[in-house]
Amino acid sequence: MIIANIRGKSEKLLTPLTIVIILTIWFIATTLKLVDPKLVPAPQSVWAALLDIMRNGYKSHTLPQHLAASMQRLVAAFLEAVVVAVPLGLASGYNSKIRAIFEPLIEFYRPLPPLAYYTVLILWLGIENESKIALLFLACFAPVYISCASAVMKIKEDYINNAYALGANKWQVFFHVIFPACLPDMFTGLRTALGVGYTTLVSAEMVASSSGIGWMVLDASRYLRSDIVFLGIVIMGITGILLDKVIQIIEQNIVPWKGKE
Amino acid sequence: MYQILNDKPEKVATLSGIDFIYPDAKGGVAALQGVNLDINEGEFVCVLGPSGCGKSTLLKIIAGFLKPSCGEARMGNEIIKGPDWHRGVMFQDPTLYPWLNVQDNIAFGLKMRKFPQSQIKRITDQYIELVGLKGFEKSKPYELSGGMKQRASLARTLVNKPTMLLMDEPFGALDALTRQNMQDLVREIWMKTGNTVLLITHDVDEALALATRIIVMSRSPGRILKEFAAEFTYRISGSEHEMVRYKPEYMELREEILKIISSQNERLKLSQHNPKILLERK
Repeated sequence: MIIANIRGKSEKLLTPLTIVIILTIWFIATTLKLVDPKLVPAPQSVWAALLDIMRNGYKSHTLPQHLAASMQRLVAAFLEAVVVAVPLGLASGYNSKIRAIFEPLIEFYRPLPPLAYYTVLILWLGIENESKIALLFLACFAPVYISCASAVMKIKEDYINNAYALGANKWQVFFHVIFPACLPDMFTGLRTALGVGYTTLVSAEMVASSSGIGWMVLDASRYLRSDIVFLGIVIMGITGILLDKVIQIIEQNIVPWKGKE
Repeated sequence: MYQILNDKPEKVATLSGIDFIYPDAKGGVAALQGVNLDINEGEFVCVLGPSGCGKSTLLKIIAGFLKPSCGEARMGNEIIKGPDWHRGVMFQDPTLYPWLNVQDNIAFGLKMRKFPQSQIKRITDQYIELVGLKGFEKSKPYELSGGMKQRASLARTLVNKPTMLLMDEPFGALDALTRQNMQDLVREIWMKTGNTVLLITHDVDEALALATRIIVMSRSPGRILKEFAAEFTYRISGSEHEMVRYKPEYMELREEILKIISSQNERLKLSQHNPKILLERK
């Protein structure tokens, strides 16, 4: 315990320290003009860009609007994927016939690079939000489905036997034992899905869009606005961390027993 | 003499001609062969045998988790078709649900059987008290020690008032002191409720300390080698306490049972030259 505490403290220091060092190197390198400011903008000009697009926006949309456009796509697709993939994944884990139908399809499309089938989705659904949400849906679907199916398959047999021996029927076993027992693995799947969905989102916006944080970065790079490109990348990174934290907090509240069985 | 020795004991469960074969690539491994066993009301039966003798398989068949490959398992007059709450099961690994607290774990069976809320609360509290978990109602299973987990697990099985209690090496993973406490608790509850108990163990002393009847099984395929009547459990709960373990009749029976078990190991050792078996002789 004591060792763990000390380690925890020094780790808490190391993280901000690393960030400070990177920022300092960045600041020194740009101030001393060691790098071309067209390629690596100074931190202060990135900060200025942030203030500017917060107030005046970038190409007819403000920064919060770009972010909102991205988040709206991601959250819509993620929730749709959860609603479909969780029951289907659990059913596939429970019933080998259902698994035999869906697993090969998912195994087929999962390793494909999303942008490869995005072109097809654009042809079918157009360049607007529908094709993006469909793309993100597919990206989020596979991790959730796979984690749910494998969670059911590796559930302790005694958990189920025990429920029957205590008087539960099939449905009760499913809702009171199998479902809660799968929650920890399910959340691992949800976190992976959100991560995959987020990276896919940015790439999708870079291919075809007129709003969103990914589009902003791509568009800025065409005009050599490296300050905006850098800003966009930093915002993407921070947003990604925040999204993951949100799921982690929900996870800690719903499955406090994770890793303690 | 004792409550179980009424003029005509009532049969609770009957196993007749049970074979069980676990399927594998070579056509199957026989785990049980020709097992016949009657379990009478109020008995405390301990099934004793070396590891891998199919004693857990026997329990799973009575519980209804497994169907015998051959023969019949009955409870009363009905063939056992699957698990149900009349036969409560307690596992070696306490399978408490980590998403429920102690109270909800213990209430699980009553909730599944749709008892009214007020009754669930009353019965659950009663059994929490009985197993000595008062004050831990709101704890999560992973916050409990091994012994406390097994107490909760026992209470969870008992709330249903099962006709028969099946225990599969329930104290195998506990330290010696906790194990003895748990044995005392189980004995006390058995005497109080008059339940029929079938307990599986590989510990001769555990069997001698609890059983009214000891069944010794052979190594695979599991067969019943011999049965012994025992009454040390009454003496331990009486004035003699643990001193019973030093009485000549206790030692004699212990020796006899151990001899049967180790002759099994000798035979296996000679036939397979398997050094691992030697370690298990203790």
